[in-house]
Amino acid sequence: MSKLSYERPFIQKLNTGSMNKFGTKTEFAPVTHLDGIRVSKLIEDYGSPCFVISERQIRKNVQNANRAFKTRYPKIQFAWSYKTNYLSAVCNVFHQEGSWAEVVSIYEYKKALLNGVEGNKIIFNGPDKTEEDLALAVENNSLIHIDHFDELYSLVGLLDGTGKKARVAIRVNMDTGIYPMWDRFGFNYENGQAWNAIIKILSHKELELVGLHSHIGTFMLSTSAYATAAYKLCDLATNVKLKTGKPIQYLDLGGGFASTNTLKGSYLQGADIVPTIDDYAEVITSAILNSNFAQDELPTIILESGRALIDDAAWLIGSVVATKRLSDDRRATIMDFGVNLLFNAFWYDYKISPAQEFTHHTEDMVIYGPLCMNIDCIRESINLPLLNKGDQVVVHKVGAYNMTQWMQFIQMRPKIVMIDMEGKSHILRENESLDTMMELERMPEHLKNI
Amino acid sequence: MQINKNIAISDSGFVFNPSTGDSFSTNQVGLEIIRLLKENKSKEELIKELVLKFSTDESTLEKDLGDFFMMLNSYQILVNND
Ligand SMILES: Cc1ncc(COP(=O)(O)O)c(C=O)c1O
Repeated sequence: MSKLSYERPFIQKLNTGSMNKFGTKTEFAPVTHLDGIRVSKLIEDYGSPCFVISERQIRKNVQNANRAFKTRYPKIQFAWSYKTNYLSAVCNVFHQEGSWAEVVSIYEYKKALLNGVEGNKIIFNGPDKTEEDLALAVENNSLIHIDHFDELYSLVGLLDGTGKKARVAIRVNMDTGIYPMWDRFGFNYENGQAWNAIIKILSHKELELVGLHSHIGTFMLSTSAYATAAYKLCDLATNVKLKTGKPIQYLDLGGGFASTNTLKGSYLQGADIVPTIDDYAEVITSAILNSNFAQDELPTIILESGRALIDDAAWLIGSVVATKRLSDDRRATIMDFGVNLLFNAFWYDYKISPAQEFTHHTEDMVIYGPLCMNIDCIRESINLPLLNKGDQVVVHKVGAYNMTQWMQFIQMRPKIVMIDMEGKSHILRENESLDTMMELERMPEHLKNI
Repeated sequence: MQINKNIAISDSGFVFNPSTGDSFSTNQVGLEIIRLLKENKSKEELIKELVLKFSTDESTLEKDLGDFFMMLNSYQILVNND
């Protein structure tokens, strides 16, 4: 007689009358394949845990974003926000799709050059640019987005007497009705600081004011904030035209569009509440079309969208290290990945699916990572099948910021692979090893022997 | 420690404890364990029977039964007989 398949014994109290009024979407449908490749095969080939990126989904996202804006407005340019995910292969997918580079440090700037981006298609943002950085950007004819007066004066000093010119914009911060207001970057609109900076720039003939920039926040659930931002940038731009007779070439609305992840503490799933790219496009393009630009002087709209274009194009696959019972009878599952790899688990309730079939029985559990640290919790409460040591899982929509903000803490960082348009997998970044870590360390002679 | 004899079980995996009014759902292996406990089987006998019936081994069962008994205790399905 063949034996029955085994599932660990499980019993759960049935609670009537305490259901969540919104109902819960089940998260336990297994996800066995990613872009056509079995999860177990990926783990066999590349180890566990491992980040897996979908080239197909990135291209789909950029193309969709371009369609949403270009069907509504004649001059659109996307610039890939490097810090969101600056793996060179990922950047190059964006560049192949026509995106420029948006960088906030000299490291990112040089990476963009290394990736083959032409200097005049690099937008250099951020508060920390040294004179050396600025000189390189001027040399390459890049777009320098000035963050503060100290930077403005450094640039003026740098160009003085050289006969060179810099193409610049200012970053403008403003009240868009969003709290907290991001006023630490750029020049404030309401108190006249932004206009003051513009006047200063116009008074220096070595500075060519080509654009105006704002980035009003991230994961913006309100589209109307973008209308406010666009109107305020348009107001500055039309005043520049009045004063100089020359139109501003572009308005850069920054990033901030929400991805379809679920924010912690939200009853509703992200996908059900976040605006679509079309919603954002409609608001931004309408605001600019309704402003006082002559038809042949409409500025180009630049967008530096990050998370909305990459979050849903990557997964983290991993394995169960152990299951245990907490003092209050709750089930705890320990995974081989934690907040070291999923920094954004502090803000998102990441969706997690099992990568193999289970029975219909499920239980509530806490999901912990492998770090010896109390904060290493990926989900405080999630309903999943009866997981056992060695079972594999898929964490969804992890493409934004995790592969740049990950920490080498206690554990070393794993491989990152990409599945291409033909369903073939490629390593984009090797896992760290003891050698990688020791490469940067130096040992003073007197400490060599213990 | 033994099972509360009043516990009612259905084939589909529902368990009812009339002394507390609580009902529970369990899976196939859980149901089998509760059935064997009602037949006064010891933990060792239980493991023997389960290994024959399900594709698993003794050390897995040893670990899983520890956890399962803890939950049965907490739900007052297992009771101390003193
Ligand atoms: C200047 C700038 N542009 C673009 C982005 C990308 O933002 P998001 O990922 O919210 O689209 C950021 C991120 O904070 C930023 O600081």
